[in-house]
Amino acid sequence: MKFIIAIIKPFRLDEVREALTSLGIAGMTVTEVKGFGRQKGQTEIYRGAEYTTNMVPKLKIEIAASDDIAPQVVETIQAAANTDSIGDGKIFVLDLAAATRIRTGETGDTAL
Amino acid sequence: MKPLHKIGAVVGTTALSFFVSAQAWAQEVAEQVAEAAPAVAEAVAEGPIKAPTVEQMAGMVDKGDTTWMLISSVLVLMMSIPGLALFYGGLVRTKNMLSVLMQVLTIVSVAALVWVSWGYSMAFTSGSPFVGGFDKMFLAGVDGTTFAATFSNNVYIPELAFVIFQMTFACITPALIVGAFAERIKFTPLIIFTVLWLTLCYFPVAHMVWYWAGPDFLPDAPTDTGFLWGMGALDFAGGTVVHINAGIAGLVGCLVIGKRLGYKTENMPPHSLVMTMIGASLLWVGWFGFNAGSNLEANGVTAVAFINTFVATAAATVAWAVIEQIVHKKPSLLGAATGAVAGLVAITPASGLAAPMTSILLGFTASIVCFFFVTTVKNKMGYDDSLDVFGVHCIGGIVGAIGTGIVADPALGGQGFFDYTVFPAAVGEYDMAAQVITQIKAVGITILWSGVVSAILFYALKFTIGLRPSEEVEQAGLDIAEHGERAYNY
Repeated sequence: MKFIIAIIKPFRLDEVREALTSLGIAGMTVTEVKGFGRQKGQTEIYRGAEYTTNMVPKLKIEIAASDDIAPQVVETIQAAANTDSIGDGKIFVLDLAAATRIRTGETGDTAL
Repeated sequence: MKPLHKIGAVVGTTALSFFVSAQAWAQEVAEQVAEAAPAVAEAVAEGPIKAPTVEQMAGMVDKGDTTWMLISSVLVLMMSIPGLALFYGGLVRTKNMLSVLMQVLTIVSVAALVWVSWGYSMAFTSGSPFVGGFDKMFLAGVDGTTFAATFSNNVYIPELAFVIFQMTFACITPALIVGAFAERIKFTPLIIFTVLWLTLCYFPVAHMVWYWAGPDFLPDAPTDTGFLWGMGALDFAGGTVVHINAGIAGLVGCLVIGKRLGYKTENMPPHSLVMTMIGASLLWVGWFGFNAGSNLEANGVTAVAFINTFVATAAATVAWAVIEQIVHKKPSLLGAATGAVAGLVAITPASGLAAPMTSILLGFTASIVCFFFVTTVKNKMGYDDSLDVFGVHCIGGIVGAIGTGIVADPALGGQGFFDYTVFPAAVGEYDMAAQVITQIKAVGITILWSGVVSAILFYALKFTIGLRPSEEVEQAGLDIAEHGERAYNY
């Protein structure tokens, strides 16, 4: 099993979710996060006081997927979140040791 | 039996004498009314009555005027709560939102109590040219049967309506000051400051600018006016009394208290420009009461003040947005709202004196000058006037006060000025250059008076009970530390 973490631009969420749903992904966790990378922050001006925000708002998507589907999930996110510009985000894949569905106690792929 | 009879006789005599005197009093009133009735009729037929008696004044009150004054008072109160409270509150950080709301609400309440206790008397009774007397302390002698003068001969409003209307001004002025040192002042010294500043600064300045004997009495007592009124300074709705006065007190306050922790090193963006927009809009709407209400009657001049307030503000809003578009390449909501307030401030002294087209120019000018102060001068000078009380209220007030000398000129469609020393009042000869100089003098005296009094008060508090909370409190925010609450509990 793999644990896939994707940092994407917030406005790409719907496309990513739709693409993953059609792939058969049944669930994900989405969190609003802030961070910085190559993309520059924004400058806000309030009555002449300039504030540069280094942290840019992003969404973090977390998905647990079986080994066979994981590469497709990464590809799908990469395609759906892409806008061909700096700040589109990154995808990280981690090995997932175990998974348990709390209601039934099922483990492994069947818990996903 | 006998003693009892005696008591009965005494009671009987007392009752009789009371009855007799009551009858005599009733007769007297009836005679006065009878005298007044033909006098009023005479007034209609033969012109106004000089120095009318209270009974005659009772016949010179118009229900429309009274209604308008009471509605205006409500509008001006709405400017402070919730208008100003939300306008300021939105501009501070989340952790200080509640402190600003609480400061404004409490200042308004305290000022109202101070006003009816000794403020009205100090501002609006005859005394020296600099401050009134204490004859009407605790509203002594003021009730539903006494009357206050307006700007027209033989037109009166109930004195209590005047007390209420002016009370709302005394409420908002000290509340304006808190913006200059928002996010870094202890609550109790602020309230003490409010009481002292009203007493030593606001009431004297209000007396100097606004007190006069009234159009039916001034001809017989031409020196019975406040100092600046007597000098001929024009301030229709309070540019000097309210805005310059509060603006300079704010500047002095922020200098004495010092900059906020993290000023210029931390980001301090407004926590809710939505609140600020709501507040600015309530200020604009309420300002019609402030400016048009200041005519004290509901007539043509009231409508002039109303439209001038409307268009000057619109012009100032547009002007600020345009400058930002040019300078920052983006027009901001905060900028437009600030422009609106700058325009409102600037038109205040000129509202009933200018014409709509000159008001537009005044609004435009004030917006540009305030923009320069708020964005450039403040940064150059390095003072931390948190919410730009000085940059908008004092500077906008100065532009307005001096501009009033220009736009009031009848040659530019202005209302000119009335010579109230003659009876009935007549239009006086207008000399623009002289008037502008008078306006500048009035501005200078207000700045000096308020600046000195405010500095003394702020320093006195700083070195006694202290003005500023500890660094820890300031870091945590005033809401939790000073009030034990948060503005938002999501």
